[in-house]
Amino acid sequence: MSVKLGVPSKGRLMEKTFDWFADRGVKLSRTGSDREYAGAVEGIEGIELVLLSAGEIPRELAAGRIHLGVTGSDLVREKLALWEEKVVELEPMGFGHADLVIAVPRAWVDVTTIDDLDAVAAAFRRRHGFRLRIATKYHRLIRDYLRAGGVADYQLVDSQGATEGTVKNETAEAIADITSTGETLRANHLKILSGGPVHRSQATLFKSRQADWTPEDRMVLAHLKAMLQIER
Amino acid sequence: MAEKAAIRAEAARLLTLFEGQGASVVETPILQPAETLLDLYGEDIRARAYVTSDPAMGEAMLRPDFTVPVVEMHMAEGAEPARYTYAGEVFRKQEDDPHRTPEYFQVGYEVFDREDPAAADAEVFALFHETLSGLGLRAATGDMGLLMAAVAGLTTTDRRRRALMRHLWRPRRFRVLLDRFAGRTPSPEGREALAKGDPFDGMDAPVIGLRDRAEIEERIAALREDMATPPIPEGEVELLGDLMGLRETLDNVCEHLRDIAVDMPAISDAVERFAARNEALKKRGVDPSEIDFEGSFGRTTLEYYDGFVFGFHADRHDLPPVATGGRYDALTRVLGGGREIPAVGGVIRPEVLLEIRGAGA
Repeated sequence: MSVKLGVPSKGRLMEKTFDWFADRGVKLSRTGSDREYAGAVEGIEGIELVLLSAGEIPRELAAGRIHLGVTGSDLVREKLALWEEKVVELEPMGFGHADLVIAVPRAWVDVTTIDDLDAVAAAFRRRHGFRLRIATKYHRLIRDYLRAGGVADYQLVDSQGATEGTVKNETAEAIADITSTGETLRANHLKILSGGPVHRSQATLFKSRQADWTPEDRMVLAHLKAMLQIER
Repeated sequence: MAEKAAIRAEAARLLTLFEGQGASVVETPILQPAETLLDLYGEDIRARAYVTSDPAMGEAMLRPDFTVPVVEMHMAEGAEPARYTYAGEVFRKQEDDPHRTPEYFQVGYEVFDREDPAAADAEVFALFHETLSGLGLRAATGDMGLLMAAVAGLTTTDRRRRALMRHLWRPRRFRVLLDRFAGRTPSPEGREALAKGDPFDGMDAPVIGLRDRAEIEERIAALREDMATPPIPEGEVELLGDLMGLRETLDNVCEHLRDIAVDMPAISDAVERFAARNEALKKRGVDPSEIDFEGSFGRTTLEYYDGFVFGFHADRHDLPPVATGGRYDALTRVLGGGREIPAVGGVIRPEVLLEIRGAGA
C-alpha cells in the first residue's frame, strides 16, 4: 500500500504545487505523454501521485480514495458538508489566493454592508414581487454566510461563468464570486460589500479523515510532514 | 430505528385515530412545485429539501412538509370548517446531522375554522396530548401572536416595526436591529456618508440592473428619516426582553402576562386570547399547570407559525421532537390568493414515537 497524493492535473495550480513540493525536497512530475495523467514522486518513498481536476479533489478526499490532496480551501468548503469531519487542513501553501466576495452595483450608494443588502432585499421583494437574486456558483458558502448574517428575501441563481455580467444582463441583482484583484468587478461596475470576504481561499494541503491509514501509511505521512516542515 | 413496516403500521393507526375525530383523510403529491416552497421559505429550503427537475413541471421538490399542499388544497376547494388528516413520508436533507434520517413519516391533523380559534388550538393540542400520553414526554408551548403584538405596539416608526417583525424568526438578527433601534449600538458603517448632500456626487458608474435610481433614492430618504428617529424607549425594550424570556407553566404565565400588559397595553388582546385558550384547554381536560410555556418557543422554526406553537419532546438529545405544531393564519393568506382562514395543526413522527415506546418497554 502507499499514500495517495492528489494534485491538480494541469495549469498554474499544478506547476505551483510541483514548485512548492520541490522547494521542500519532494520532486513531483508528470510522466509519459502530455496527455497521460500519470505522475512520479522522487525524494520520498511510499507516495503515489494522482493527478486530478482541482474540483474533484475534495470529493476524492471525502470518499477516502486519496489520502492527501492539494486544492483550494474554497472548494473543500463549498463541496463538502461538514468538511471538518472529512478532511484536515494540513498546511496553507501560500499561492492560488482568491477571495470569495459578495458584490453589488457601484451605483448602489446606499449599500455598504451585508446589513444594507438585507434591507434592500426586503424592499426589492416588495417592489418587484420576487426575491433579490444573487448569482453564484458557491451556493453552500454563500447561503451559510447570508444565514449567519440574518439576510432574508434573497435567492441564489446558479452561474457557472461570466458571473460579473449577470447584473448588467438583469438576470441577477448582486453576485458572489472569487476575485483576486477586483479588476473584473470594477470593469463591470460592481463593488464589494465591506466586512471582509466570505472566505479567503488559497491552495491548501488536505489530509483525508476517511482514507484507510495503515501503520505504514502513517509512517510515510510523518516522514513527509517532517520534510514539508508541517507541525500539525 | 424501527422497521419501515412497523412505522407504516403506526402511521396507519394514528391516521385512523385522527379520522375518528372527524377529520377527512387527504393525500398530497410527493413532487411539489419548487417555486411555491422557495417563495415561501426562501433559500434555506433549497438547502434542506431535495430539488429535482421535471421536463413538464420544471423545478420540483420532494415534499418537505404536508402543510403547504394541504393549505393549497383547502384554499382551492375546501368547505368550512374543515378537519384534515394525512400520513406519509417527507424528505429533508440532514447535512448538518447525518445521523438523522432524511426521509421520515409524518401523521398530521389540521383544523380550518374561523369561529373559535382558542377552541381550535385547544382541540389540536389536546388531541396530541392525549395521543402521546403515558410516554413521559415534555410538552412545551409558545405564542408567536404575543410577540407579534408586542412588536406591533413599540413606540417607533412603521418602518422599524416592520423590520423587526420580518426578523422575528431570526433571533440574532432581531437582537441586532432592536439594539440599534434602541440606540444601544452605533449605526452601521456607511450611514454617515448618506446623512447629507448628494450621495451620487462623484459616482462615475452607471446604474445597472433591475434596481433603479428611484429605488436607491427612496432608500436614502428612508435612512435619513430613520437617522432622525428617536430610539425605542428603554422600558419597552426591557418588557419585550421579559416577554421573550418567560419560562413558566401555562397557568402561572397567564398572571405574569397580565402584569406585563399593564405596562404594554398593545399585548392585551393577545393576552386575553391566551387566557381563552387556557380555558379551552381545561375544558378539553388538559391541565395548564402541567404544560410549559417558553416566551421564545417557535422563533427558530420555519417562519409560518404566527400564533400558538407547541412541541412534544422526549428527554433525549439524540431524538427530534415527537410532535410539533402551531397556528398559521398568515400562511393561508399567502397561499389563498386574497382569501384567508384561521388554521392550526400539527404532525406526529411515528418512528420517533415507536423509538420512545420501545426504549420504555
